[in-house]
Amino acid sequence: MDLLTEIAILVLAAFVGFEVISKVPNTLHTPLMSGTNAIHGIVLLGGLLVIGPADGLLEDVLLVVAIAFGTINVVGGFLVTDRMLGMFKSKPEPKAEEKDGE
Amino acid sequence: MSRADVITLLYILAFSLFIVGLHMLRGPRTAVRGNQVAAIGMAIAVIATLIDRRIGDWGLIVVGLAIGTAVGIPSARSVRMTAMPQMVALFNGVGGGAVALISVVEYREALEGAGNPELSVLIPMLFAAIIGSISFWGSIVAFLKLQESLKGRFRIPRQVNAGLAALAVAIAIVIAAGTESEALFWLLLLVAGALGLSAVLQIGGADMPVVISTLNAFTGLSAAAAGVALDNTALIVAGMLVGASGSILTKQMADAMNRSIGNVFFSGLGAGGPTAPGIEGGTVRSTSAADVAIQLSYARLVVVVPGYGMAVAQAQRAVADLAAELEKRGVEVLYGIHPVAGRMPGHMNVLLAEADVPYDQLKEMDDINGEFARTDVALVIGANDVTNPAARTVADSPIYGMPILDVDKASSVIVLKRSMSSGFAGIDNPLFYDPKTALLFGDAKSSVAEVLGEVQQL
Repeated sequence: MDLLTEIAILVLAAFVGFEVISKVPNTLHTPLMSGTNAIHGIVLLGGLLVIGPADGLLEDVLLVVAIAFGTINVVGGFLVTDRMLGMFKSKPEPKAEEKDGE
Repeated sequence: MSRADVITLLYILAFSLFIVGLHMLRGPRTAVRGNQVAAIGMAIAVIATLIDRRIGDWGLIVVGLAIGTAVGIPSARSVRMTAMPQMVALFNGVGGGAVALISVVEYREALEGAGNPELSVLIPMLFAAIIGSISFWGSIVAFLKLQESLKGRFRIPRQVNAGLAALAVAIAIVIAAGTESEALFWLLLLVAGALGLSAVLQIGGADMPVVISTLNAFTGLSAAAAGVALDNTALIVAGMLVGASGSILTKQMADAMNRSIGNVFFSGLGAGGPTAPGIEGGTVRSTSAADVAIQLSYARLVVVVPGYGMAVAQAQRAVADLAAELEKRGVEVLYGIHPVAGRMPGHMNVLLAEADVPYDQLKEMDDINGEFARTDVALVIGANDVTNPAARTVADSPIYGMPILDVDKASSVIVLKRSMSSGFAGIDNPLFYDPKTALLFGDAKSSVAEVLGEVQQL
């Protein structure tokens, strides 16, 4: 792919990023940040692609570390976001069943 | 359809899912699924990459993935909600570290082959190396600071940061101009890392929301640059999405403090400036838990204003219990949350959500400020600068112009404080000397528990 196409994609993605994120309520700032945090763990793909052609102990070690780092970023990021979001609740709904029991 | 086409199509599917997922993160009701949608996108992107013909060394790949999973899952599962800011910093740092490591290996590979790659690959590679390294080391420092392993502020003259930045750019230019040297590339990583260290070292705790979201944006940008170097659309789009959204969040945080991002990174608040005048002759009125309990119980509307002090004391559950008890007695309780209260964007919201406070009671600054006029009691728990009326009135105050919660407009104010020390900004808070303000000294958690005990006895 030529550079200009890549730059076009880059610019469009930036605008999508700006657009999607404007107007997020404070309540969700932390989960939003840790969710986007997980998404940049996509660098993991870079590690996967480079490790094949790479040779020598040093490069292998560096890339295994890079892949491990990327995986921590992805797996940890999504899990932690999920845990956080699980805590956000609106007002508890009145428990109809309990009333019936009375 | 060739294998490469299949991969490209899967990438398009993956980043579409990222965008949809991010979009769903905008509302509390859809957010959980939004996160899952993005995670599915990530799984698709990884699978698509693994069917690439260039993939080799399966053993090493499995080792890397296994280590990452073995470390990532338990740490994400076990981290306490109060430790969330440092966890986010750490996850962010490893992402930046991965980018830096990948770029150095790519460069070595290029040197073994035809020498320096062409500029359309080399420039993004250098950019990824610099930003990734800054992000890694900066995040490590942010982590240590949030963990409080690293205390206090370090005064680093701004010339040091500017010098390191100039040096990093100079090295990058030398490499781009045709010098083929692996050592120079490592030096570049080192200098950029030193810049990350020193830039974050000098930043105080209250600026952490800006720092964390900046570092997040940085890692995103470095991933996008790595994507350009590697010709990988998934990396370009995902990295740029994060870079853009992180930048927006950073700007919102900086705006909420009425400061520019450069100001946060290159000068400490009030550093070198005139020190804020103390309030002379002012006296504070201290109160007791029993009095607070009576005031709260007979109020119609109580607005709780939490700050970092609540997080430190881990008082969120006690606060939620007190609010529940008051609501039982017919008192309306709302929470007024300043965008930069705490150590990361939305910090207070996460803590209160953990304590089962419904999110519709958590009001943003602009929504709650209109309510203070009809508020009977504003209960300030471990917040200081974000309630300081000097930001509105004292033109030479370092925080002048910063949007604040108009706590002083409430009929009465109760401030829970550990002691009479001033806030992070080192500025006296006239709110404390206001005749309608009463202070309850002590650890936030035990103070709130005491008040709760008194309310229950009424």
